[in-house]
Amino acid sequence: MNFIGIMEDEKKLAAFEAKIASGQKIEPKDWMPEAYRKQLIRMMSQHAHSEIVGMLPEGNWITRAPNLRRKAILLAKVQDEAGHGLYLYSATETLGIDRTELLDQLHTGKAKYSSIFNYPTLTWADIGAIGWLVDGAAIMNQTALARGSYGPYSRAMVRICKEESFHNRQGYEIMMHLAQGTPEQKAMAQDALNRWWWPSIMMLGPSDDQSPNSDQLMRWKVKMESNDAIRQRFIDRTVPQADFIGLSIPDKDLKFNEQTGHYEHGPINWEEFFEVIKGNGPCNAKRLKARNDADKKGRWVRDAAMAYAEKKKAKAA
Amino acid sequence: MTDTQWPVWEVFVQANPGIPHKHVGNVHAADAEMAIQNARDVYTRRSEGISIWVVPANSISASSPEDQGSFFEPSNDKPYRHPTFYKIPEGVKYL
Repeated sequence: MNFIGIMEDEKKLAAFEAKIASGQKIEPKDWMPEAYRKQLIRMMSQHAHSEIVGMLPEGNWITRAPNLRRKAILLAKVQDEAGHGLYLYSATETLGIDRTELLDQLHTGKAKYSSIFNYPTLTWADIGAIGWLVDGAAIMNQTALARGSYGPYSRAMVRICKEESFHNRQGYEIMMHLAQGTPEQKAMAQDALNRWWWPSIMMLGPSDDQSPNSDQLMRWKVKMESNDAIRQRFIDRTVPQADFIGLSIPDKDLKFNEQTGHYEHGPINWEEFFEVIKGNGPCNAKRLKARNDADKKGRWVRDAAMAYAEKKKAKAA
Repeated sequence: MTDTQWPVWEVFVQANPGIPHKHVGNVHAADAEMAIQNARDVYTRRSEGISIWVVPANSISASSPEDQGSFFEPSNDKPYRHPTFYKIPEGVKYL
């Protein structure tokens, strides 16, 4: 790029940053730095992939939900997750990448999705734990992202947050019923909490000292809050909810600090987190295979629908 | 044949009678009928609408943000289009 080109870009960058600082949203056709576009594509597509991969552990229990009410609720929840995936793929496509390419990145393992969905759902109580903890943690993250600078992402977050609160409450309701049930049912709820607690607080991302938040991403309002700040808020809100239904958080170091008004937690096993991210979690291979199979088996449906639409169009012409 | 995720359709939803359809997002679909069905499932699962329009995304033309200033400028120098431009004496009613 020549000198004038560089000057031009600097002017555009200054205008872009001023716009964000004043609280305006960036829209798809607006000028944006390449680093902003790239970072958003990465974050938003990871988010979209997480929504649709997240359908797998929950889908596992649709046929075995304990009654019709629970089954209908779980079906509606899993359908919502598909919807969230669609909003997010749509929003990502506004950045000039198409869905085929995004899905390819997921299927080939090039793109990541949330570490949490690589854990298995062993009992019905896990469905409660996912709604309560996993969706609860996701809401903390997503309400922050709803204030982000990219218009389509921020609008998708607003919509998703509204729907997530149903997910969160239905999960807590499952846990509450089990906790008030027979000793076996209560033990099942406690076991689910024991297995999902740590992965849920890990899914909010590496601690701040391992993931230095670039000032630039904060200034560009791509990232709104640090991982540790979001994690703290999630813990502060969730611990009393566990107390209320008589379940205990599996952290012997957990204690409330009267001075700060926050809970302090024990050490997080980051080694486990990074192993899961690298692909060595309990279900990584299974999830990726399920997604690839669905894509391959669905191919003829996509092709046939397109061929039929073209035939109808030709007939009408 | 290359794999297809189907063409993109922009979706507009009317929330209640008597108000305009508003853009809510888009869907992928093979044809208009499927686009309407998908839009219903994706954007109106909680009674958000009573009517849906879908438009092939590649049929939409848009003004360009870079030209925003000069493009909309002509309306700035015509303040006489606004009622506040005119001074009406106090005491004159219903104007």
